[in-house]
Amino acid sequence: MADQTYPIPGSFDATPSRGAAMLEWLHSWVVTVDHKKLGILYILYALVFLLVAGAEAMAIRIQLAVPHNHFLSPELYNEFLTMHGTTMVFLVGMTIIFGFGNYLVPLMIGARDMAFPRLNAFSFWMTAFGGLLLYYSFIGGFGLYGMGNAPDVTWWAYAPLTAKAFTPGHNTDYWALALIVMGFGTLGAAINTLATAFSMRCRGMTLLRMPLFVWLMVVTSGLTLITITPLTAAQVMLILDRYLGAHFFDAQAGGAPIVWMHFFWIFGHPEVYVLILPAFGIASEIIPVFSRKAIFGYPAMVAASVGIAFVSTTVWAHHMFTVGMTSVSNTFFVLSTMMVGVPTSIKIFNWIATMWGGKIRFTTPMLFCIAFVFQFLCAGLTGIMLSIAPWDWQLHNSYFVIAHFHYTLTGSFVFCMFAALYYWYPKMTGRMLSEKLGKWHFWLFLIGFHVTFDTMHFLGILGMPRSIYTYEPDRGWTTLNSIVSAGAFIQAIAVLILAWNLISSYLHGEKAGNDPWDAWTLEWATPSPPPAYNFAEDQVVRSRRPLWDLKHPNDPDWKYER
Amino acid sequence: MRAFSLIRCGLAFVSLACAAGLPAAAQGPQTTPSTWAPVSTPAHEIYGLSLFVLLITGAIFAVVAGLLVFVIIRFRERESDAKHEPAQIYGSVQVELAWTVIPILIVVVLFLTTARIIFAIQDEPKPQSALDVTVIGHQFWWEFRYPKLNVVTANELHVPLSTHRDPEPTYLRLLSADVDHSFWVPQLAGKTDLIPNHPNEMWMDPQKPGLYLGQCAQFCGIEHAKMLIRVYVDTPQEFDEWVKEQQQPAVDDPAVAAGRHIFESEACANCHTILGTSAHGTFGPDLTHLMSRSTIAAGAAANTPDNLRAWIHDPNTFKPGVLMPAMQLSDQETNEVVAYLATLH
Amino acid sequence: MSTLPIFADEEWRLPSRGRVAMLSLIVGESAIFTIFVVAYIYYIGRSTYGPTPRILEVPIFNTICLLSSSLTILLAEHAIKLGRMRTFGLWWAITILLGLEFIGGTAIEWHKMIFVDGLSIRTNLFGTTFYSLVGLHATHVVIGLIGLSLIMLFTLLGRVEQRHAERIQVFSLYWHFVDAVWVVVFTVVYIVGR
Repeated sequence: MADQTYPIPGSFDATPSRGAAMLEWLHSWVVTVDHKKLGILYILYALVFLLVAGAEAMAIRIQLAVPHNHFLSPELYNEFLTMHGTTMVFLVGMTIIFGFGNYLVPLMIGARDMAFPRLNAFSFWMTAFGGLLLYYSFIGGFGLYGMGNAPDVTWWAYAPLTAKAFTPGHNTDYWALALIVMGFGTLGAAINTLATAFSMRCRGMTLLRMPLFVWLMVVTSGLTLITITPLTAAQVMLILDRYLGAHFFDAQAGGAPIVWMHFFWIFGHPEVYVLILPAFGIASEIIPVFSRKAIFGYPAMVAASVGIAFVSTTVWAHHMFTVGMTSVSNTFFVLSTMMVGVPTSIKIFNWIATMWGGKIRFTTPMLFCIAFVFQFLCAGLTGIMLSIAPWDWQLHNSYFVIAHFHYTLTGSFVFCMFAALYYWYPKMTGRMLSEKLGKWHFWLFLIGFHVTFDTMHFLGILGMPRSIYTYEPDRGWTTLNSIVSAGAFIQAIAVLILAWNLISSYLHGEKAGNDPWDAWTLEWATPSPPPAYNFAEDQVVRSRRPLWDLKHPNDPDWKYER
Repeated sequence: MRAFSLIRCGLAFVSLACAAGLPAAAQGPQTTPSTWAPVSTPAHEIYGLSLFVLLITGAIFAVVAGLLVFVIIRFRERESDAKHEPAQIYGSVQVELAWTVIPILIVVVLFLTTARIIFAIQDEPKPQSALDVTVIGHQFWWEFRYPKLNVVTANELHVPLSTHRDPEPTYLRLLSADVDHSFWVPQLAGKTDLIPNHPNEMWMDPQKPGLYLGQCAQFCGIEHAKMLIRVYVDTPQEFDEWVKEQQQPAVDDPAVAAGRHIFESEACANCHTILGTSAHGTFGPDLTHLMSRSTIAAGAAANTPDNLRAWIHDPNTFKPGVLMPAMQLSDQETNEVVAYLATLH
Repeated sequence: MSTLPIFADEEWRLPSRGRVAMLSLIVGESAIFTIFVVAYIYYIGRSTYGPTPRILEVPIFNTICLLSSSLTILLAEHAIKLGRMRTFGLWWAITILLGLEFIGGTAIEWHKMIFVDGLSIRTNLFGTTFYSLVGLHATHVVIGLIGLSLIMLFTLLGRVEQRHAERIQVFSLYWHFVDAVWVVVFTVVYIVGR
C-alpha cells in the first residue's frame, strides 16, 4: 500500500490499532471510486441477494410441493413470488453484470479506471440503496393483511390491479419507487461503460480488437439506455395515477390497462437481453481459453450481438398474444420473435466451432460454459415454441413459460455467472477457488436444475397456470410438483457449497499468480489482484489477443486476423 | 470425462422419452386439464401445430446437441499433447453464411405454418347457429350471461355439444368488472384475457360431452389461485333442459320462508340476485339456481350444506382475502339461510 | 507486455468521454420522452369528459424564446472556443433569460388552464397526458437552467477559461436536446393534438 511511516527518533509508536486499521479498511470500501472495488461490491451485493431470492424460491417450492398446503398464506406467497422475481432480475441480475463489467472493462482495454469514477460510485450506491428500500417493505408497516408491505402484484405489476382502488396498501409504491431509484444507478453504469469503452481504449485497440466481453458490455449498455427508461416512465405514470389522481391506466376515465402492458413489455423483453448479453460475453471469453483456440468468427459474433440488441426491441408483444390483438399484429410479433432466434443460433454455432479442433480442458468454468451452451439451446427452442402464437395461447402464463425463462435465466445466465466467478476470482483475490468444491457445485447444481426445470415443462403442458399459491389435488399435478420442489433443494445445497468455496478459498486458496489459466486478454497481464492503477505502463496492442502475441512471437494473431 | 458425457446422453434420452410418452400420460384422469387432450377445434388445431413444431425443434435439438456432445468427447485434451496449441482457426465466411441461411429458412417455414393457424382460429367466421355467452370476470369469480336465452349463472358454464353435422359453437364475449383476468380451459381452446374496457372474443366447439376444467390464468389478486372454471359440455337435449331450468325464477318453498326473509333483509341482497325475490344485487354471483352447481366460491369448495354454512359464517375459511365479508349471522340465522339456499335448484 | 514497435508515430484518437456520456444520456432521456409522447398520442380524443385541447393557446412566444436560446448558446460556445470570455458570458446570460422566460410563460399558461379552464392532472385523460408530458419537459428545462446558472456563477467568479470550451460544448448538447424535445412536444400537443 502507499502509506509508509518513517520512524522519527524519540517518537512514540503511532501504528494504528487493529480496530482502527479495520475501520480504515472498511471506510476505504465505502468511499472508493476504484472500478475494481466497486465491481466487487456489485458482485457481493448480487451474491447476497441470490441467497435471499433463493430462499424465497425455496419457500415457494415448499408451499407448492403438495396441494392445499399451508406453509405460506396466500398474501405471503404472492409477496414472495413478486419479490423472488423482482430481486433476481434487478438485485442479482442487473448488479452482477455491471459488477463484472465494472471490474473487467477497464482492465481488458488497458485503461486505468472507468471514464467517470465518481459517477461509478454514485451508480453503485443508488442501486444498493434502491434494493434496500425494496426489502424494507417487508418490515415497513403492518400492511393490509399483517404481512408487511412487500410488493405482491407479481413482478410485471399489471394495471389496473396496481390502481389505488385495487391495491390500497403501499406494496406497489415500494415496488415502483425502489426500481426508479435503482434505475438511476443502472443508467449511470451504462453511460459510464459506453464512455469508457469508446474513449479509454489503449493504443492500437480498435473497436474490432476489443475482447468480446467488452463488446457485449457495450451493446448491453446501449440497450439498457432504451430499456430501463421505459420502465421508469411507466412507473412514474403509475405513481401519478396512484397519488395525483392521474388516469393513465384508469379504464373508467378512458385510460387503457393495455397501455401498461405495452410499456412494461417494451421494457421487459429487451431487459432479458440486457441480462443475457453479458453472459454471452463471458462464455465468449472462457470457451476459447479452455479450448485453446481463438473464438471462431469474431466479426460474426459482434454483428450477431448488435443484431440481437436491435431485434429484441421489436418483439415485446409476444408477451401479449392473449390480450386480444388483431391477427395481423399477432402475426407480426411471431415473425419478429422468430427472427431473434437467427443471430442467437449463430452464436451457439460459433461457440461449438470454437471448441471444434481444440484441446478442451474441463475446468470448472468450462464445465459451466458447456452446460450453458446446451441449456441455452434448449431455452432457445422452447422460446421458438412460445413464439408460435396459437401454441402460446395455451402455454402463456403456464408453468411452461416459467420453465422456459428459468432455462434462460438460471440455466444460461446463472451458469455463465458461476463460470465467471470461477474464472476471474483468481484475478480479483489472488487465490484460486477449490476445483474439487467447484466440481461438486457444478454437478449438484446441474442435476438439481434439470430435475426442477425439465419437469416443469410438463406441468405447463398439463394446464397448470402460474402465480397460484396452491392447486387442486384432482388436477394430476401433484407428483410433478413434488419432483420440481425436490430439485430446488439440490440446487440450494449446490449454492451453499459455492458460498463455502468463496469464503474458504479466500482464506486458504492456492495462490493464483498473474495468469493461472494461460489466457490471452489484457487483464491477465496484471498481478492478481491488480494494483490500484492497473497497468504500470501504457499498453499497446496489435491484435485481439495481445498475450497470445507475446507468448507466440513467431505466430502472432495479427498475421491472420482480418 | 466419460461419466460426464454419459450423463449428458442419459438426460437427453430421458427428456425425449418423456416427451414421447406424454401424449399417453396426457389423456390422464379426466380432471387433468391437459393441453394435449383437446376436444374442441381451436384446441385441436393448436395441438396439431404443436406436434409439427416439436418435430422441427426436436430435429434441431438432435443435430446441435449431438454436435456439442461429439465435440466435447472428440476434442478433449489428452495427457500426451498438452504441450502444443491446436491449429488456430479464426472463422469462415462460407460456414457463417450456411448457418445463417438455414435458420432463416426454418423460420420461414414455421412462420407460414403459424400464420395460417392464427388466421384460422382468430378470424373464423361466426356461424348463425352459434351460441352467445358473455363472460364477466370478477375478483374472484366468473359471471356467465346468455343474452339471447335470458340466463344468468356463475362459475359453471354449460355449453352444447357441437358436431360436424350439427355445428353449434359457443362464442364467448369476455369483459371484466375490475382487474385483468384470463379464461383458460385447455381442452377447449387457448386462453384469452378479460381486460376492463377492452372486450375480447373467443370461441369453442366441443365435440365430446363431459366436464372440462380450467381456471383464471392472469394474476388478479390474492385469491387468483381459487378462481376455477367448470365447463359442462351437454348433449343438445341436456342443454335444452338445463336452459329451461335456469330460465325459471327461484324455487319458493314456504317451508324455508324464514331463511328467505333473512336473505332479503340482511346484507345478502346487496350483493346477490335471486330471481323472483327482492334481492337484485350484482356485486356477487347470481344464486337463483345455486343448487344446480357442484361447487361454491368458484370451485374453492364442494357445494354442500356444511360448506355453505362455513362459507356464510366466514368466507376466509376457503378463500382468505375474498371480497365477501363474514356475515355476522347467528347460528340459528345461518342454518335458516342455508336451508333456504338448499332449495334453490 | 507493452511496447510493440508498430504504432509509435501513428495517431491514436478517441472520442471525448464527456461527449459519449452526454449523447448516451440523451438517448436514454429520449426513450423516456418517447413513452410519454406515445401515451399522449394514444389518448388523443379519448377523454370521456372535461376540458378538451380546444382550451390550448399556442405558446408561440415561449417557443420562439426557447428555440432562440439554442442559437444564443451556440454563439456562446463559439465565443469561448475563440477565448472571448466577455462575449461568452453575455450570450450565456441571454440564454438563461430566454430559458427563464419559457418557464415563466409556461407557468402563466398553466395558471390559466388550472384556475380558469379547470384542467388539472386529475381532471381527465387530456389533463393527465398534457401535464405529465409538458411537465416532464419543463422539469428538464429547469434542470438545464440550474446547470446554466452554475456555469454563469463560475464565469462571473472568473473560474471559466478558454480551455473549458469542450466541457461547455458537452453541456450545451443537453440544452440543444431540451430544445429539440420541445419541437416534438410542441408539434404533438399544439398542432397534431388540437
